[in-house]
Amino acid sequence: MWVYEKKLQYPVKVSQCNPTLARYLIEQYGGADGELAAALRYLNQRYTIPDKVIGLLTDIGTEEFAHLEMIATMIYKLTKDATPQQLRDAGLGDHYVNHDSALYYQNASGVPFTAAYIQAKGDPIADLYEDIAAEEKARATYQWLIDISDDPDINDSLRFLREREIVHSLRFREAVEILKEERDRQKIF
Amino acid sequence: MITMKIHTEKGSRKVAIKIDEEYYQLLGQIQAADFVLVELTLYLDTHPSDEQALNQFNQYAQYSKQLKRQFESCYGPLLQYGNNTVPIGPGWEWKQSPWPWQV
Repeated sequence: MWVYEKKLQYPVKVSQCNPTLARYLIEQYGGADGELAAALRYLNQRYTIPDKVIGLLTDIGTEEFAHLEMIATMIYKLTKDATPQQLRDAGLGDHYVNHDSALYYQNASGVPFTAAYIQAKGDPIADLYEDIAAEEKARATYQWLIDISDDPDINDSLRFLREREIVHSLRFREAVEILKEERDRQKIF
Repeated sequence: MITMKIHTEKGSRKVAIKIDEEYYQLLGQIQAADFVLVELTLYLDTHPSDEQALNQFNQYAQYSKQLKRQFESCYGPLLQYGNNTVPIGPGWEWKQSPWPWQV
């Protein structure tokens, strides 16, 4: 089971109401390389991955939910005081008529989240390579978000998330090596 | 300084959680300590025989608990399902605002 902690993993401060930026950030909420996809991918793959890396998939998958909460907090804070007119001006008119200011699992273009974004191949190396690629794609997305963002407070939180993708990628690469070592040892004996 | 007053019924008295500078400072210290624990957890998952990292993990786990005791005694429970470090009450403080996205 999971235990909720009533705190964010890292502080999320917002300089001012900015629905345009919120619209871009939705990419990391319900997009293909977003935090929801990451959490669901790792926590699903772990059932069929060798014991040696189950802990890693569990712990990274869990951390992804903390990142999802950070992204949700950014979007919530950036839009909570926006008027319908401001949402419309930000290109969120379509979102408003369907969801008001509620968060919705979709990407920056409004495409709803789908399980088709994630794979579970049952082959440990194939799964871990997908995980490494996912982290690198998320890192790139965070970089593009930082480049397009005009909110210095949000950028601070986005830089934290970008760095976490780098660490996760490194840990997954180590997991690949651990499994390769184990495979080679089995060949010798 | 942002002050948010959250009112809950505790018997006939109303109490308020004051979200002050100290709240953010203490929360920041917890976030920093817990970040060390997250980072060491992932590191130990792929380097399980690093005793030095393990010692550091145990040391920070104690430190984090100490900070959480301090926070929870001032601002209410941080952890769900009985994992709180300070007894809850009077009243079911867990459901009390603020939630993480509200501060």
